[in-house]
Order: sequence, then C-alpha cells, then structure tokens
Amino acid sequence: MVNRAEPFAFVRDLATRWDLIAIVVVIGLLTFLAEASRGLLEPLAKLSAAPVSLDPINLPFYAARTTLRMFAALALSLLFTFTYATWAAKSARAEKLLVPVLDILQSVPILGFISITVVFFMSLVPGRVLGAEFAAIFAIFTSQAWNMAFSFYQSLRTVPHELEDCAASFRLTPWMRFWRLEVPFAMPALLWNMMMSMSGSWFFVVASESISVGHTNIALPGVGSYIALAIQQGSLRAIGWAIATMFIVILLYDQLIFRPLVVWGDRFRFDQEQGGHVPESWALTMLQRSRLMSALRALFDAVIRWTSRKAPRPELLLAPTATRGGRGGDLLWFSLLLLLLAFAVWRIARMLIGETTWHEAAHVSGLAALTMLRVLVLIGLASLVWVPIGIWVGLRPRATQIVQPAAQFLAAFPANLLFPVAVFGIVTWKLNPDVWLSPLMILGTQWYILFNVIAGAAAMPTELRYAAQNLGVSGPLWWRKVALPGVLPYYVTGAITASGGSWNAAIVAELASWRNVQVKAHGLGAYIAEATTAGDFHRIILGIATMSLFVVAVNRAFWRPLYYFAERKYRLS
Amino acid sequence: MNTAPDRMTAQLLSVQGVCKSFPKPDGGELLVLDRVNLTLVAGQIVGLLGRSGSGKSTLLRLIAGLAEPSAGTLAFRGLPIAGCASGIAMVFQSFALFPWLTVFENVALGLEAQRMAKAAIRKRSLAAIDLIGLDGFESAYPRELSGGMRQRVGFARALVVHPDILLMDEPFSALDVLTAETLRTDFLDLWAEGQMPIKGVILVTHNIEEAVLMCDRILVFGSNPGRILGEIDVTLPQPRKRLDPTFRELVERIYVEMTSRRSGDGRSARAERFPGSGIGSVLPRVSSNLLAGLVETVAAPPFNGTADLPKIASDLQMEIDELFPVAETLQMMRFAEVEGGDIRLTPEGVAFANAQIDERKHIFARHLLNYVPLAAHIRRVLDERASHAARKSRFIDELEDFMGENHAEQTLRAVISLARYAEAFAYDDANEMFSLENPV
Repeated sequence: MVNRAEPFAFVRDLATRWDLIAIVVVIGLLTFLAEASRGLLEPLAKLSAAPVSLDPINLPFYAARTTLRMFAALALSLLFTFTYATWAAKSARAEKLLVPVLDILQSVPILGFISITVVFFMSLVPGRVLGAEFAAIFAIFTSQAWNMAFSFYQSLRTVPHELEDCAASFRLTPWMRFWRLEVPFAMPALLWNMMMSMSGSWFFVVASESISVGHTNIALPGVGSYIALAIQQGSLRAIGWAIATMFIVILLYDQLIFRPLVVWGDRFRFDQEQGGHVPESWALTMLQRSRLMSALRALFDAVIRWTSRKAPRPELLLAPTATRGGRGGDLLWFSLLLLLLAFAVWRIARMLIGETTWHEAAHVSGLAALTMLRVLVLIGLASLVWVPIGIWVGLRPRATQIVQPAAQFLAAFPANLLFPVAVFGIVTWKLNPDVWLSPLMILGTQWYILFNVIAGAAAMPTELRYAAQNLGVSGPLWWRKVALPGVLPYYVTGAITASGGSWNAAIVAELASWRNVQVKAHGLGAYIAEATTAGDFHRIILGIATMSLFVVAVNRAFWRPLYYFAERKYRLS
Repeated sequence: MNTAPDRMTAQLLSVQGVCKSFPKPDGGELLVLDRVNLTLVAGQIVGLLGRSGSGKSTLLRLIAGLAEPSAGTLAFRGLPIAGCASGIAMVFQSFALFPWLTVFENVALGLEAQRMAKAAIRKRSLAAIDLIGLDGFESAYPRELSGGMRQRVGFARALVVHPDILLMDEPFSALDVLTAETLRTDFLDLWAEGQMPIKGVILVTHNIEEAVLMCDRILVFGSNPGRILGEIDVTLPQPRKRLDPTFRELVERIYVEMTSRRSGDGRSARAERFPGSGIGSVLPRVSSNLLAGLVETVAAPPFNGTADLPKIASDLQMEIDELFPVAETLQMMRFAEVEGGDIRLTPEGVAFANAQIDERKHIFARHLLNYVPLAAHIRRVLDERASHAARKSRFIDELEDFMGENHAEQTLRAVISLARYAEAFAYDDANEMFSLENPV
C-alpha cells in the first residue's frame, strides 16, 4: 500500500540496487526482442540479398534470433503440454489414444520430418521469411514438447489424493484447480524437463535454420545457419566463434531464466521436509527484491485470480474422476478411431506400396539394422567409460558441482561442430567411415548417461556407503554389490535418453561434410539425409517409418523391461 | 452457545440406510459399507470409531460429498447431499496442505473459491488464523512448520468457510502423543466456549480414548462389510479426565464391544475374526516379531497369561489399529483367546512363549499349517507338484474370487511373512514363485 505521508517513498524504494539491475535487464530484453524480430515480415528474397555471413560481428544478432526461436518453441511446447497432457489425463477416452501417440512421437526421428514440415509451413505464408521461421520453430518445438507433455501427464496422474479431495471439498472450479493445484504440483518435474528440452533442441537449431529441400535453399539468420555456412566454407575460425557464442548464450539463459525458475520451483516440491541443499540464484534474488518485479508478479496473480472468478462454475462438483461416458459413447469414439486408423493405414500403404519394391524395403531394413548395431555398441562403449567416472564424481560433492553443469552444456553441443575433425581424420588416414563416423552419433547424447549416473551416485544414502565401508567391502565386490546396483535405475534412464537421441543424431552423423568433401557411412541415417537433400518424399517416409519401427521395437523389447526391472529391484527409496 | 435451544435440537445431518460398494476386478461388487444410519444434531460431536477397513472414512467421504452412495440417502439440513456442499468442511489426517501456498494462502483458498471480495477474504482468514493460534505464521510455508502447527492450519482452513459441520478424518493420528493432546484440548476449549463458527462435528478415529475424550456419542464400526455395531452415549461432563474411573469404565466397555464375538449372522465365531472364511479370509500383515513380542509380554508378569487389552495397549503404546490385528492373528493361530476386552494365552501360547527359537519355529509352523487355511492350501499344492513350485499369480487368482485385488495381495503377503518365519515354504519375489526349497 502506498504511504500517503511520504509521496516520494515509492521513488526512493524503487531505486534499490536490485531495481537498477532489473531495469537494465528488462530494457535489455525488450531491445533483444526488437532486434530479433526485425525482418520477420520481409519477403524471402531479402534473405538471399543479405545472406548469412561469417563475420563474427553478426553473431550477437544471430544468437538473438536463434534464442528467440528456441523460446518461441518452448512457449509452444508449454501450450501443447498444458492442453494435450491435460486432455489425456482428464478424459479416459482420449487417454487411450493420446498417450500411445505421445510415446511414439517421442521415439520418432524428428530430424527426418524437417523437410516435410518446411514445405508445409512455407506454403502457409508463401514468399515470406515468416514461413521459414515457422518451419524452424516447429522443428525445434518437436524436439522439446514430448518429454514435457509426458512429465506433465504423469504429474497430473499422481496428484496426491488428499489434495484432490481438499480441492473438491472447497469447491474449486476446474480452472482454479488447474492453476492452484495441478500446475504447481507438476512444476518441479516440468521445469527439469524444460531444461532438458532446451539443451536437446540445439541440435535441431543447427538442422532447422539452414534448410535445403530439393531445390529450395533457405538460411535463416541464426547461429545454426552460421555453423552450416562455416562447415560449407571450411572455416575453423568461424566454428570457434560459433562455439563461443553458444557457450555464452547457454550460460545466459541458464543464469537468467532456468536457475531462477528452478530455485523458485523448489517451493513446489511436494515432499514437505526441509531439503538439505537449497539452490540459489542471484537472478531470483533480484526478482524477489525489486519492486518492479513484484508489481509484475502481482499483475500475474491478479490475472489468475480474475480468470478464476470469471471461469464458469459448475453447479455440482463431485470428486474429480476421469470422465467416463456411457457404453454408446465409447462405441462411437472407438469406431471413429478405427475409421481414422484404417484411413491412415490406407494412405501410408498407397504412398509406400506403389513405389516401394521388396528389394528396397529389405535394403532399408538392412541399413536400419546397421544403425541399430552402431547405436547399441556405442551406448555400450559410452557406458563403460562414463558409468565408473559418473560414480566416482557423484560420490564427491565438490566434483559433482563442477562436472554436472559441464555435462549439461556438452549435451547441448551439436555434432555438426565436430565434422571438421571427423572428415579431416577420415580422409587423411583413409579410415573406414562406417566405423569412424559413428562416434559423432553419440557425441551429444553420451552426456545423458554421465549426468544421470552422477545423480544416482549422489543420491545414494550415506549410511549405505558407510555400511559398505564398515564391512570392508571394496574393489570389484564394491562395484558389483554396492555402486552399480545403486545407480542402475538412473543409468537406465540416462541410457534410454541417449539411445533415443543417438538414433536421431544418426541422420546428421552418418553423412558428414566439410567444404566439398562428403563422407558417408552405411546406415539408415545417411539414407534419410540423402533422401532429404534429394527432396524424395517417398524415400523420406519409408526411412522415417522404418526408423520409428526400429526405435519402438528396441524400446519395447529391451529398454522398457530393463527400466521396470531396475525400478523394481534397485530403486532406493 | 452450547445452551442455545436451536443448537441443541436442530438436525444437521441425516444418513439413512447408506450402502457403498466398489466394483471388483472380476465384475462383482465389494460391499464396504452396509446399511448405515446416523444423525447429527446441532451442538454434538459424534465419533465414528473403528479399525481401518471398517468403512468409517468412506462414510466421511460420502458425507463430504466426495463420493456417492450405492444406496440410501444422505441429507444435510434436510436437503440431499449431491457433490460438495458449502456448509461442510473437512480436516484431513495428512493435513493436505498445499506446500506451495503460505499459511495465509492455504486458509484463504476456500474463500477464494467462493469468490468473496479480497478485503473480506483477508479479514476472515486472519480471524481464523488468530482463533486457531497461528498469529505470526501467516507468511510461513507448510514445510517450515511442525506437524502440530500444520494441522492447526488444516483446522483454520476448514473453519474459515464457516461450515455448519466439521468433518475430521483422524486429525490427530499423524501427530506425536503430546502434540495431539494439546491440539485436542485446544479444540475442546474453543468448542466449549462456542468460539468456532460450527454447529456439529463428526470425528473419525481408531483411538478409543480419543473418542471417549471428545465425543458426545460414539458409533462403533465393525469390518467387512463396514457397519455400525453399536452406539454409546458419553454423558461425562467436559473437561473429561482420562484417569477418572467412569472414563476408564467406558473405555473398557468399548474394548469389550469391539472384541466381542458376534455370531448373529450364522457364521462361526472364529471365522468372524477375519472377514471371509477358509482360504478366503482377509488377513492383516503382521510382523512375526510383534506376534512373538505380544505372546511374551502377556506370558510374563504382571499379566501371567491374561491381560486387559486397554492396559496392554497403553503399556506398549499401541493403538487398537496396531494391537487388534496382532491379537487376532494370535487368536486365529490358537495361541490366544481374545474376548471381553481381554487377551488370554492358550496352553500352546504359553508353550510358545517358553520355548527356544528352534522349538518356537516348530510350534509356529504346526499351528500355521493347521489353523491358517491359506497356508495349508499353498503347502498342499507345493507338496503335490513334482516340481514343488507354484506361481504367485495362481493363488492371487484364487483369492480374488473372495476379495478385492488389494486385499488379495495383502493376504498373500501376510501368509508369506508368517510362512517365512515358520519356514513352512519359501517365496522368491524376483520370480514371483513359491517353492519348498530353502533359498541359499
């Protein structure tokens, strides 16, 4: 409340140290928005008139454009999460379809789709840069949304019973329930998944900003296009600049956005005990200490309150259960789904069967098997390296604090940046690309294994470690009976993520180029990449369909059983 | 206010012939509440006393409008209850506070849902917070508070909406003894002074002394299906003293009521101990340590073989929810007789108490296979098979003919635990297999 006796108190209070910083940050953000959205509505021809250049002076602008794309995609992902996952969690009928669809989307190689979506979005806004922007943002969105939606869906399904009862007995409207109960409850897991999504989507930034489908070549101003051009021209210096830029951008959004969010999200943890380690963030301190920001927060609260008042209020509020319609409704719904399914099968079959020979199908399956072999061998090798290191690090809190953020940064590192090394090495020593291109596939994904194992080792109860020490358990026995079982559930989670990511990366990694030299490995990734360059949609679809089938099959037959086994037997809770 | 005539006579709540059943996996129905009648008049605290599984919490959820009855009617101030009514508020066993809201925000939430003006919300929330003794804690988050303070928030949150009826679902059972007692006393003081904006209270509890301490009327619930066994009026003046002889007498009487054998509906007295009969009995999970411990305690002085249950409950600091399953498992295995609020060891029970560990296991195994039909059944199946092994799912399927999924799992787990102690047969959880081999 404003103190009337001191009319200038407001001004004086405003000028706290934190407010000065806050004003700079806010104006900086606005400038950034203005900079970044410059040229969105210009015709495509302007792009070729002012092509991407390797001059590092442009990099701040490129970085701004790229970051804006990533956050636009993140906002879309949030919107998708709040609608799709909520629908799946609230409607028993929708759930039966939506959850498996999400599961498949998670395992589909998104990189392969870019070519298809580009054509679609370009046709929406013909001749404008905006169309290409939409396509790029959509590609980034597809790399962010699924795990967020899954996390939110799972949270909605596990809202504690007594809180649901309490919300019902106070007759909260569904809208209020959503913002006051469900979203806060889901927040910590959702934030974590948003961070993972941001890291993972760098890979797609590089792939989606510089797109060539058949005869169409588009290079949107951004870090991704810069990298693509650097590779094309073979400029090591430019690659170095790109890496530095990425590092700064990741550092900035981590410090300015995600750390504050994580610290703030800590209050939403449901386990009510005081956590031992309370995360800190200077940016959050700023947000909390400055008047300006608290005014903004009050505004947000007011919006929630206002919409809560306006939201329709049902007459009767029974305990929330997934809506269950009558038998007739079910019948109608499922026959509709069946029809839709039949139609889709028919379309796919018409597309593929007409033009696919048995020979080609066998060939593609063979390539998929090759890629699968690569993925499995690489995951195995990466595990041999990173599991012991991860355990060692995880048991030492000091080392953990240094290594874990580093691993997170490295996970964001797009494989394209190492093309120069790979191509140069392979050409110089005449190495077999089938073997030596493979490491690129796991370059960005191996870190998931490392930081999950670190988390697992760090979460191991101290008493358990003391007990092992007390009994004199050491050497191989310690690894076999204490360390490895202790981190197994975490390891499996990391390995599943790494495996999924590696399939995707294959599309980039199996076909590497540097200047005009191209090195190619035999595999499904190279097949899809070549089909994309050629603009051959029928082969793209065949490739993607095959890869999806393989990924789903490997997940169902191998990873999922392993996951449940590890959860059941080795989860320390 | 206690003397105000309308508060003494007005009927707040009327529950008539209410049944509740849940669908079983095989398509049948599992009855958890059978023809329950209950009325609450203004100015009364009514206790629903019973063990877990007696349907008392289910009844509370029905009254709160959180679930619908399968049959019967519930009326609040003469109108049928459909959904959550605004005149009924609830206090939860686990507090059910929103961890991301401060004390003030938690309390204000119910008023916000009523779309009250901001100033009025503030005024009433602060008043409720004051009343319940939480001044100064308005901006604290629940995780910063002790259990007792958290439950005070739970009370303030329920009272702030000015309900006519306050429903309390074991509100003190998650607290330590001292805190619980303080909270009970504070609540009774506020109630006696008429300071709370409520007209009647329904208290669910499994603590006999708590019921006698707080309630004007106690409904004793029995299990499977949940039903009212008896009704006891408590006319002792408040404040009540636990050591008062009439208080003790009443506690004793309720113990007798809750342990008495009933054979009214044709089933044998012994089968009545645990719902169902033969291999279809639902068994509670009881640690063999507790079984042996209780036998030893009853065998030793000062009890020398016969103990008063209220006495032993307070000696061992056990609630009836913990004590009764142990006592009744001993009864099922014929190590003890439970009747009239007493537990009396059988000669075999005495022998068990005096035996050494190997001998004990011997006696235990013999009794297990003789008197627990499910254990005998599993052993017989394993003996008959050449492989001496059987899947868990086989027995689960059999049990689910008699009981719900959860009870089947619980019963099988209970038998596994007893059989392991008796070394009657082995169970490998990783493969979900029963066998006769002793695992290495």
